[in-house]
Amino acid sequence: MTHTTAHPPAHAQRQSFLRKHVFSVDHKVIGRQYLDLALVAVVTGMVLSWLMRFHLGWPDTPVPLLGKLAPTGAAGGVMTPEYYLELMTMHGTIMVFFVLTTAPFAGFGNYFLPIHVGAEDMAFPRINMMSFWVTLLAFLVLVAAFFVGDGPPLSGWTAYAPLSAVGKDAGPGQGSGQTLWAISIGIFCIAQLLGSLNFIATTLDLRTKGMSLARLPYATWAWFVTAVIALVAFAVLLPACILLILDRVAGTSFFIPGGLVISDRLQPHMGGSPLLWQHLFWFFGHPEVYVAILPGFGIISQILPVFARKPLLGPRVFIACLVAIAFLSYTVWGHHMFLSGMNPFSATLFSVPTLVITIPAAIITLLWIGTVYGARLRLTSASLFALGFVSVFVSGGISGFFLAQPSTDIYLHGTYFVVAHFHFVMGVAAMFGIFAGTYFWFPKMFGRMMSETLGKWHFWLTFIGVYCIFMPMHYLGLAGNVRRYSAFTDDYLQPLIPLHRFITIAALFTGAVQLIFLFNLIRSRLRGPKAADNPWEATTLEWSTSSPPPHDNFGGRRPTVAYGPNEYGVAGPAGRDYVMQAAAQ
Amino acid sequence: MIARFSALVALVALASGTTPREPHRPAGGTISGKVTFTGTPPKAKPIDMSKEPNCVTQHPTPVTTEDAVTGPGNSVRYVVVYIAAGDQGAAPATDTVRYDQKGCQYIPHVAAMQVHQPLTIYNDDPHSHNIHPLARVNAEWNKSQPKGAPPIRTAWDEPEFIALKCNVHPWMHGYFAVLSTPHFAVTDSSGAFSLSGLPPGKYTVTAWHERFGTQSLEVTIAGSETKPANFVLTARPY
Amino acid sequence: MGRLFAVVVTVIALVSAAIFALHVWWLPPDISAHGSRIDRQLNETMVTAGILFVAAQLALGLFVWRFDVRDGMPPRAVKTFPGGVTPLVVLAILFVGIEILVLTFVGSKVWASVYQTPAPAEALQIEVEAEQFAFYFRYAGPDGKFGTMHPDLMNDATQNFFGLDPANDTTARDDIVVGTLVIPVNQPIDLRLHAKDVNHSFYVPELRIQQDFVPGMVIPLHFTATQTGKYELVCTQLCGLGHYNMRAYIEVKTPADFAQWLKAQAATS
Ligand code: HEM
Ligand SMILES: [Cu+2]
Ligand SMILES: [Cu+2]
Repeated sequence: MTHTTAHPPAHAQRQSFLRKHVFSVDHKVIGRQYLDLALVAVVTGMVLSWLMRFHLGWPDTPVPLLGKLAPTGAAGGVMTPEYYLELMTMHGTIMVFFVLTTAPFAGFGNYFLPIHVGAEDMAFPRINMMSFWVTLLAFLVLVAAFFVGDGPPLSGWTAYAPLSAVGKDAGPGQGSGQTLWAISIGIFCIAQLLGSLNFIATTLDLRTKGMSLARLPYATWAWFVTAVIALVAFAVLLPACILLILDRVAGTSFFIPGGLVISDRLQPHMGGSPLLWQHLFWFFGHPEVYVAILPGFGIISQILPVFARKPLLGPRVFIACLVAIAFLSYTVWGHHMFLSGMNPFSATLFSVPTLVITIPAAIITLLWIGTVYGARLRLTSASLFALGFVSVFVSGGISGFFLAQPSTDIYLHGTYFVVAHFHFVMGVAAMFGIFAGTYFWFPKMFGRMMSETLGKWHFWLTFIGVYCIFMPMHYLGLAGNVRRYSAFTDDYLQPLIPLHRFITIAALFTGAVQLIFLFNLIRSRLRGPKAADNPWEATTLEWSTSSPPPHDNFGGRRPTVAYGPNEYGVAGPAGRDYVMQAAAQ
Repeated sequence: MIARFSALVALVALASGTTPREPHRPAGGTISGKVTFTGTPPKAKPIDMSKEPNCVTQHPTPVTTEDAVTGPGNSVRYVVVYIAAGDQGAAPATDTVRYDQKGCQYIPHVAAMQVHQPLTIYNDDPHSHNIHPLARVNAEWNKSQPKGAPPIRTAWDEPEFIALKCNVHPWMHGYFAVLSTPHFAVTDSSGAFSLSGLPPGKYTVTAWHERFGTQSLEVTIAGSETKPANFVLTARPY
Repeated sequence: MGRLFAVVVTVIALVSAAIFALHVWWLPPDISAHGSRIDRQLNETMVTAGILFVAAQLALGLFVWRFDVRDGMPPRAVKTFPGGVTPLVVLAILFVGIEILVLTFVGSKVWASVYQTPAPAEALQIEVEAEQFAFYFRYAGPDGKFGTMHPDLMNDATQNFFGLDPANDTTARDDIVVGTLVIPVNQPIDLRLHAKDVNHSFYVPELRIQQDFVPGMVIPLHFTATQTGKYELVCTQLCGLGHYNMRAYIEVKTPADFAQWLKAQAATS
């Protein structure tokens, strides 16, 4: 690819090291910073999940060294029940907020959305920089909860009040750690609001000549729709967090009713509503799971055609479905609350849009499968993860049918069936989206290729591994195995312990496999073979510029767009089977 | 096994109303007596431990609540009797007070100790307990002690009667009586107590019971004599 | 590589589905009057969802097998999906749409029968108090009246789990408070759920029933057990360190045994 990339000498202005690499306003640096943060977060979250899984398999066995690291939480290396719940809360919070919101949306989005639309940067570069640093601050505040005297929070990533609101009487994990949690999430909301505004403004205002909305690449469509969802969702979570903080530190009673007796002490609160927190949280929480997964939809829809060498089936249908999901995502939050004590009639009302949302989701899945039909499929690490995404998304989506119906949710709510469901859709599928994106865009971002051999090993072992971890959790749920239990002491759970041990072994194995990915990342960044400008023969604008792109993305000449992103399997110029979006110059 | 045995020793010693270190004290005066009640005490209620089958099997006859244990002659058990005033002070005790969780009960129900005296809490059950001293003057804490976890070693900084509970087993309830004086005793099943090794002087002796309240008497010790002090607390049925 | 993918996906799909279909791990037998309808709903969902699951995975595997470009293959043109996107969309809307309609119509009836209908008049009333980390149950006693609950009198140390005031409230004196839920078989049970401190949940897998306790709310829940025996009631709403250990046993007795038990309790309280 030489026709568009006669890049001028390194972008004119000289900048200090700090300005260039740390406090940079360049969306590419910021995107990489988000990805680096997500990498730190995902490693943390994964190590926590190992400890949790080990404890669930062998609750009485001391973990070497853990006694030293956590003298209170795990004296002698044996985890206390509260420590398990603290790790679980931190795991869930870190994964949802600092991995799944940060990497596929803020990370890849920041890096590629401006390039995709042919802009030199985001609409508001300074706000963009600020949103990263605010996100980092939120992360540090959350991690600080590990080090405070009364321990990290333990009320789960959902932080249900009044447990999360009443303070220390309710037991360990309800001290300053829980307050830090609420502050951290509040800060995170601010960062996401800033980031989303930027995404929306950039998509709407900074498109280059010829880049109509219909020609936007699919990942960018997804980031745009995600930003709209995030804007409304985080705008609700922020005040909810503020109210929670007030309940905790200022003695208000937004979420705490009167007459509570906790540890034999009558609480000095009255008039609040625990259900209010649940409504606010899930009004955010359900859209949030789409914030986690929709960028994956976009990434997969962009990657599959590249490696199938044919256009995405039904691009307009795809976008219509994205938009439909975005709208519906605001109408379904009550499906987390069927058994919460809200009016049971509303359960039926909430279940209808929940079931309806499976239609666009099913259509999108069919589009992907239909895209593979008749393809000239090139199986690379990126496309394997994209295909794996389709498989795990189907697996996770199917279990949604059970949880969307109040009548079957009566039995399955609060069990490992739910854990299986959300790990498949939100955890594994979103992670596969991140992996696919990484293998796909790494050459562009760092100018070097990743090792395909390692990438494929990583795929196969991970793919089999995640099924071994999460598929059996459905069986646990069917047997009535409650989630958020630090040990299984109930009589009826005893027969399930061997299955838990199997899951633990699979989790430790799959976790270890991720070292292949880490190694591949680091080695390829240092000495991977040099990448061409368009190694995958893709059409979108990032592939018309150099690898990595220059400071202003296009070397001083903003491209003019003449085609949509979907021109694969066509008779292109110079005998190629694709046409790039940028018109030849 | 050794731990069991020493637990037993500690238990017998505490139940008999004297702390184990009493014999080592220099000779002096002794105050001894009995605590009784007037009125109607609450009925001891049987404890339903059915949620923890381990503990149910440990008690062939069901245990009852210990917040008001009375005996023949209207005697009251688990009353803390201590020198509230007149004490000349003594070096803080260094021997360890042992506290056990066994069969989903606190043993003993009331443990008296001096400020800064080492306290070690054991879980002798094959499952987890959480120990939640509801301290108000001292720092409150709440911590689980799973099976296999080491004993919890701690001490209290300020005098206080600290109610103790296990949230996992809400019926588990006990007291730490943390006192600044080295002269204290917990009444035995006959309501008797004895405070020994008292140098000559004028003392205020106080009896404290978790439900029947407190009562004080003035006692003067002249030499190595034994002075009586009997308390009559008022009991209410509810 | 495409063949490998197809084989792996197929094996995963079939093995996973087989474990479901063979009920290797499954729900415990139902012992409630309403449960069979929930089970039927679950089974119907399982069959349709299972078909969708296997079909989607197999189609994906098949296409990857078939359309993967292997070394040395002659170049060939790409093909679009037969009929394009329209049949897929119509298929999805029709198939999933009908599925949704059916599930909603049948399912909401099941739901309504449990949660939107009041308990029958002859139901036995029992109060349930959930606290960190145990359940306590209260029967009205011989006078048939429940004493009033006073939060300020609640005290675990004196076993006053319900905050009763027997000194002043005569209806409270004979209330029976126990840690095991004992109920007669085949008689509707009408529970009132109270939470003393934080959220908890009432879950008995065999009874196919689950409902949160919410502080500040009194939530009714009714069911009928159809088989005698001993079962476990567990908490499914994260409530603190002892959440995993928050449980109580349920004993379903014959009416005669139940009456006898109740009498014995009344005698001791
Ligand atoms: C190595 C892979 C992973 C393993 C082995 C793992 C394992 C676990 C376990 C054991 C729990 C606790 C379940 C319970 O006690 O109820 C849990 C909870 C959770 N996990 Fe993961 N997890 C993994 C990856 C992820 C990812 C990628 C996400 C991103 C969404 C995620 C999100 C969550 C959330 C949100 C919770 C719920 C926390 C809560 O209940 O508050 N996990 N995970
Ligand atoms: Cu306990
Ligand atoms: Cu609970």
